[in-house]
Amino acid sequence: MNQPVTVPAGMTASNRAGGERLARFRRGAEAVAIPLLALLISAGLFSIFLLILGKSPVQFYSLIWLGGFGTPFSWSNTLLRAAPLMFAALAVAIPARLGLTMIGGEGALVLGGFAAAAVAVPMIGTTNPLVMHALMLMVAMAAGAFWIGLAGGLRYYRGVNETISTLLLSYIAIAIMNFFVEGALRDPADPNKPSTKTMLPETMIGKIPGIDVHWGLAAAVLTCLLLYVLMQRTTYGFACRIAGGNPRAALAQGLPVGKLIVSAAMIAGICAGLAGYFEVAAVHGKANASLAAGYGFTGILVAFLARHNPLAIIPVAILFGGIAAAGGIIQRRMGLPDASVLLLQGLTVLVLLASETLYGRFRLFNPTIRTERT
Amino acid sequence: MPFDTFSRRSFLQTAAAGTAAAALGFPSLARAQSGVTIGIVYVGPKDDFGWNQAHAVSIGALKATPGVKVIEEENVPETAAVAKSMESMINLEGANLILATSFGYFNPFMVDVAKKYPKVTLRHAAPLWEKGKHPDNAGSYFGYLDQAHYVNGVAAGLSTKSNKIGFVAAKPISSVLRNINSVLWGARSVNPNATLQVIFTGDWALPVREAEAANALIGAGCDILTCHVDSPKVVIETAERRGIKSLGHNASQAPLAPKGFITGAEYKWETIYKIFAEAIAKGQPVPNLVFGGYDKDMVRNTAFGAGAEEPARKAAEAAIADLKANKPILKGPVKDNKGNVVLPNASYDNFDRVLDGMNFLAEGVVGSIT
Repeated sequence: MNQPVTVPAGMTASNRAGGERLARFRRGAEAVAIPLLALLISAGLFSIFLLILGKSPVQFYSLIWLGGFGTPFSWSNTLLRAAPLMFAALAVAIPARLGLTMIGGEGALVLGGFAAAAVAVPMIGTTNPLVMHALMLMVAMAAGAFWIGLAGGLRYYRGVNETISTLLLSYIAIAIMNFFVEGALRDPADPNKPSTKTMLPETMIGKIPGIDVHWGLAAAVLTCLLLYVLMQRTTYGFACRIAGGNPRAALAQGLPVGKLIVSAAMIAGICAGLAGYFEVAAVHGKANASLAAGYGFTGILVAFLARHNPLAIIPVAILFGGIAAAGGIIQRRMGLPDASVLLLQGLTVLVLLASETLYGRFRLFNPTIRTERT
Repeated sequence: MPFDTFSRRSFLQTAAAGTAAAALGFPSLARAQSGVTIGIVYVGPKDDFGWNQAHAVSIGALKATPGVKVIEEENVPETAAVAKSMESMINLEGANLILATSFGYFNPFMVDVAKKYPKVTLRHAAPLWEKGKHPDNAGSYFGYLDQAHYVNGVAAGLSTKSNKIGFVAAKPISSVLRNINSVLWGARSVNPNATLQVIFTGDWALPVREAEAANALIGAGCDILTCHVDSPKVVIETAERRGIKSLGHNASQAPLAPKGFITGAEYKWETIYKIFAEAIAKGQPVPNLVFGGYDKDMVRNTAFGAGAEEPARKAAEAAIADLKANKPILKGPVKDNKGNVVLPNASYDNFDRVLDGMNFLAEGVVGSIT
């Protein structure tokens, strides 16, 4: 990828601008076509697997369609799962633009959700819901930002591997939540499942009219758009990408690489914290062990599939949400184990990673490839 | 063959229980005769050697009912995902009875689905539904497993030589605490010197910590082990390997301990599912609240293993006979293990709702909730 676009001699200025636009379009088409090709190949491989099991691939994919996208209910099921996936994927994608592999979204999600639920406890039924939600939102974002920001700081100032530290911090975050939920903050009215006190249903975040999905979905889409603009269209995003490409060169240019790393990690944490806030404020109404439902980990796959592009995260999260939503009906109708859907997801990611080597190899997308390749 | 015992005759016998419990009617199942679809949701795999397997095996009772279709979904987490799984069963496959088998499914998820689909009947496997507070199309069913744990304790009280019984527990919630205390009360009913030592692992499935806890309890002198975790396999196998006796939980672990197994506490969900199936087959409403212990054949003890000697067998069988006759387990006042009187009355019915919220370790239990 990133082949230098050499301009053939004899082109006029207007011609050159048109050629530039065409080349950009072609590269954009490549970024869509190769992941699509990878999806098709993994679907083909999975079909072979199904045939070996004696199951019908046609039935499998038509059930994915029915369960994920075929009815209005299926869409609401899909979008409900896609919302936290978008946030969790952003938590991976933003640091990835700086060359950091941070996979601690699960922990920051749990900690953010727990912080939101904890700060709400003394206010349930007494404080104005707007004030309560404003506070919950702030502490959720702050908790997430602190948690992943910590890993960013460790990375830059102490040289600690950020992949390991974010993963380990995830377990600590879940342990912190369990410690309080089963101890000091446990609601005595709920003796069977240790949880914080439940919010009043009427003060919880409502649904987007017409689609039976809470407002977290709108917030997630909006955050994806905002972060796309931040990373692609601002000097901050440009600096991040430079630092990601070559940190030493970035330092030599006078870019504050340390601040960039910590701030990008904090943005990632804010995204995960937002996911936790919506899980608490729109879905559970309380914090308990169910917050650690694996969105943070599936988000890693979504981010890689979207090639860390915040805009691409939206459709990819919807696709993964749809596959997850269809998991139930596939189990029930085809008698396939729950893990079969996970297998499809894993296969997709493997083929996708393998397809990375295809970039820049097709003349169709890169007209300037030297002819000796073909 | 379990299907042999599931005859029309046994249907008719349980019919009486089904109709008696069904005080109020639901119109939704009126079309029962023309086909009913039952959706059942599990939190873990259907073959986990424990809680989920106990349900999955018992649902066979409903699969055999003519005109009834059973759809199953496993590994459904206690999140919004379970609400969507239930809705998917209702919307895409026309399910009209939903069985939700995990604690965390109830509130808010099953309650919300019940409100949203008033024509669908939903039942949850834990004592959480309350009339008036929760929707009328929802309900609860559960077995009082503490009674079978009490019988475990009786057998253990006469089997221990060190007078120390070990208990590996998941979380200090009321249903677990009640099983722990019941083992001790059973043991003390035949052996006043018996004590019980408990270790909490902190979660439902932590095999490594369960093994550590089992070894620690054996090191502390316990010569009988039992547990309340999702899959008792590790604890029972550790006890067998270390040459001590064991008591089972949830499903039969007898094959895991051919030398040391005494007996075990098991659910008998098929009794409840047969009541449901019977009501459906007759086009009658499914009762809101179905619960019971030995009195209604909803729990049982695993057949005695090689670890059960004659006196222990006799005492356990006598205890079972008492429970079938609804003789109370608890004679008060009851103290916790810090010396406070926690249950002041002279006697408690085995199904007293006060006992459902048990939040203490009884006198004689070594261990701490916090």
